[in-house]
Amino acid sequence: MWHELKDAKLINGIIERIGQYKLNLTFMHACGTHQETLSRYGLGSLLSKVGIRIRSGPGCPVCVTTAKEFLQVMKLAERGKIITIYGDCFRVPVNGRSLMHLKTEGYDVRIVYSIDESVELARTVEKDVVFMAIGFETTAPSTASTLVRDDLPENFYVLSCHRFFPPAMIKLLELGEVKLDGIIEPGHVSAIIGCKPYKVIMERFKIPQVISGFEPLDIILSVYYLVRQIVEGEAKVVNEYNRVVSREGNQTALSLINRVFYPKDVEWRGFPVVPSSLMAIRDKYSNHDANKQFEDIISQVQYEPSPLEKGCRCGEVLRGVIQPTDCPLFGKVCNLENPVGACMVSVEGACRIFLEYQQLN
Amino acid sequence: MCLGVPGKVVEKKGSFAKVDFGGLIRDVNVSLVNVKVGDFVIVHAGFAISKVNKREALKTIRLVKEIVSGKV
Repeated sequence: MWHELKDAKLINGIIERIGQYKLNLTFMHACGTHQETLSRYGLGSLLSKVGIRIRSGPGCPVCVTTAKEFLQVMKLAERGKIITIYGDCFRVPVNGRSLMHLKTEGYDVRIVYSIDESVELARTVEKDVVFMAIGFETTAPSTASTLVRDDLPENFYVLSCHRFFPPAMIKLLELGEVKLDGIIEPGHVSAIIGCKPYKVIMERFKIPQVISGFEPLDIILSVYYLVRQIVEGEAKVVNEYNRVVSREGNQTALSLINRVFYPKDVEWRGFPVVPSSLMAIRDKYSNHDANKQFEDIISQVQYEPSPLEKGCRCGEVLRGVIQPTDCPLFGKVCNLENPVGACMVSVEGACRIFLEYQQLN
Repeated sequence: MCLGVPGKVVEKKGSFAKVDFGGLIRDVNVSLVNVKVGDFVIVHAGFAISKVNKREALKTIRLVKEIVSGKV
């Protein structure tokens, strides 16, 4: 059964149906894994032949985390804390220096697969261990379920960079820089939040939305559902990924998120302040909140982009205003070996995905 | 970070389960979902975030076939 979700005949069949409408539309997806599928299977070019363009949006949590937040973590490393991070954050540069560079300079930076590994590490060392918690609603429940534990070692801290996803989509639509005909919503964020938050977007912006899975057939079917809505003159929230996403989402995970975090205004890379989009740690758990416990160190951090970094157009890529290939640094000064911006580092970064598959082709 | 990987629960012990990702078996925290051995789950950063409903998957494929054949 699973192989049919990659079946070329079915995919081409749907694309043919889309082509019958002879439309010229721009959609946005907001998930690096969607971009990965689009690029890996060449779906972007197949769809462009039938008049559908798909822009990449703010769907990479590592990319939307600001340079200043990365600098804060670097500062904590320089002050002798052990930094634990997901592998995707290791090479994100801020003015040419990353956590990887700090590690080569002798600071203690370690990649972990999950937050549990960070907790176990803290049990075995005397130094403070800081976990840089990045991710949308998909990842936040694992951080929350850790913070509610009553057996956490005293030297374990979380720097929460977790963000709520829907406020960024609302901000992007408010900015109105790109004319969008529909949105392909991220399936695994939706596995947690369910369908309801998208109804708010639907009511306010009257834009068709489809919650999509990540197999090639999922994405093509989602595009078809968007096209059908446009043909029918509708703006609904359709759940294509109903084998994983339920209407109400994962209630256990949602209640954990609400128990541990509260929404706070925060900047996103390339965005102005997005209201109520940071998952800040509630006072009850402040003993393990790096922002509270190391406020004196973190508050010292200032970020001023270097001339090269000023030329990085990650922000516009994340807002879907340009494609990665429109950036003058793309594939030249900014490449897989020497990235200038986060979008060239993360496996979910649009620039990295574009360049990887461009090189393969 | 939507990088979720589907796998099959092959053993369960409390909040943890052994999950088979096409031959690679890893310990996964299953405290966020109600699963039993044999279920497929989506795993993200060491945590199962959702079950995969096989019946719905089959329905999707059936629907695609109908769209392609022009029945709907």
